[in-house]
Amino acid sequence: MSDAVARPAAAFQGLRTWWTMLKISLEERLVYRGDFALGTLMRFLPIVTQVFLWTAVFGATSRADIGGYTRNDIVAYYLLTMVTRAFSSMPGLAGGIARSVRDGSVKKFLVQPVDYVSFLLAARVAHKLVYYAVAVLPFAGVFFLCRGYFPPVPDATTIAAFLASLVLSFLLGFFMEATLGMLGFWFMEVSSIVFGYMLVQYLLSGHMFPIDLLAGVPTGVAGVSLADVVRWLPFEYTAYFSSAVWLGKVRGAELVRSLAIEAAWVVVMAVACRIAWRRGTRRYSAFGG
Amino acid sequence: MNRYVAIFLTFARACLVRDMTFRANFILECVTSLGWMSMNLAFYLLVFTFTPEIGKGTGWSKEPFFAFVATGLIINSIVQAFFMPSAEELTEMVRTGGLDAVLVQPLDAQFLLSMHRVDFSALANGLVGVGLLAWAVPRLDQPPPPVAWLLYPILIVCGVAILYGFVIMLAAATILMGRNQSLYDFWFYITNFSRYPAEIYSGPWGGPLRMLCTFVIPILLVVNVPARVIAQPLTGQTWIGVAAAVIAAAASLVASRIVFQRAIAAYRSASS
Repeated sequence: MSDAVARPAAAFQGLRTWWTMLKISLEERLVYRGDFALGTLMRFLPIVTQVFLWTAVFGATSRADIGGYTRNDIVAYYLLTMVTRAFSSMPGLAGGIARSVRDGSVKKFLVQPVDYVSFLLAARVAHKLVYYAVAVLPFAGVFFLCRGYFPPVPDATTIAAFLASLVLSFLLGFFMEATLGMLGFWFMEVSSIVFGYMLVQYLLSGHMFPIDLLAGVPTGVAGVSLADVVRWLPFEYTAYFSSAVWLGKVRGAELVRSLAIEAAWVVVMAVACRIAWRRGTRRYSAFGG
Repeated sequence: MNRYVAIFLTFARACLVRDMTFRANFILECVTSLGWMSMNLAFYLLVFTFTPEIGKGTGWSKEPFFAFVATGLIINSIVQAFFMPSAEELTEMVRTGGLDAVLVQPLDAQFLLSMHRVDFSALANGLVGVGLLAWAVPRLDQPPPPVAWLLYPILIVCGVAILYGFVIMLAAATILMGRNQSLYDFWFYITNFSRYPAEIYSGPWGGPLRMLCTFVIPILLVVNVPARVIAQPLTGQTWIGVAAAVIAAAASLVASRIVFQRAIAAYRSASS
């Protein structure tokens, strides 16, 4: 009986801790809201050059589409990847974890009843909530100006799949970067590893261009293109996938299967993150105050 | 002047010694920098599998375009190697009061603040740029005339001078504002416009943007003018571009000097 009473109380306590962590992070983030809004608007500038580049490319070719994308599709794709990246990108997460290992500040999480990964997740949720609150206006403005590039709004199922893919992309991005940061327990400095990851991520996630454009690039293995190889990796779910869902490039059974694969990648990376944390803290040692 | 050259060489030597002390890190920085550049080159190669040129009738087919990219790599690597590392440190110097120590030196503050650090790893991209140029130029339909080879290095210097002026103005803004991380991001985003031939900016939005980035913020002159001289036939328009680049370079240096001096005059120390 006492167990039954204690369990909800403990769960409530856990929720309260989580809410407190979220509130602290929200307040921290709101201090820099002006910088956030300006930074958000400026992040659209590279897309401007991409719009003109692809307009010039389509202007010089007789093809109506490239890799199944018309010029408008490509522009809409780049704009949509901005939305996906707003969910999946985790600036400073891996570097922050590695720094906390290096300077010893991680040790407070070893003695306090606060789980480090949950704390980081709460902080990141707060960061994203503030970001969306501030970024919604610049995003809405840019999307309104560029509405002509978009196909008609998809059906409710596609929108639901799109939203689910965004939430999953947030979790996938978080656990991938957090796992990378945990490497700080083994290597004191991970900045080069993080930079290498960012390069690979930028190329293979579809942030640079739609992965479908790689369908014609051979790998040397008969019947296997570079796009096929990229689709075996988790990166596409952090930029390409959600955009492709909205544009109707992934539908029906393939959409369900892809969402399941994305969810599986989230689980795999969450487990990898936990294992890295357990093993890392086991070998971690700190001296002095 | 000789004194400044000697001091700059001392700075450069010290930076090289430090880079060579951490050789593995230096090599890693070169590799990551080359990785980023290779990705962009791969992207351009991919683009050229779908189109014969960037913009119909612009003349920016594969080889001229890669000469353009090479020119951009050379100019940006010079700026990244010699000026950006020092400018990036300035925010911290203003915030901590470290700028005071620079201002009391018997040397020009702008020289000290913009050239005291050299990042040799950034030159790796420039070397690849030279290699890419050596690959692209022999494959052009028309080989560049001798006058183009004469103008090319001068216009590279003009491009560097225009960008240096921007760096100094951002540095001045840092001194005035105390902190301007967004402005440095702005630098990255605005220089992004110079990565492609000016011809792509056309139409009702592109035309005004091209004018803005040519005459107000002359970022489109930085790479376009030297690249056009080496990779495209010389026409009357090319010569107008050459004149514009030289004027813009001079104006950029003068304007940045004035802005920087005013910022220094308005500087209030952060230290006690």
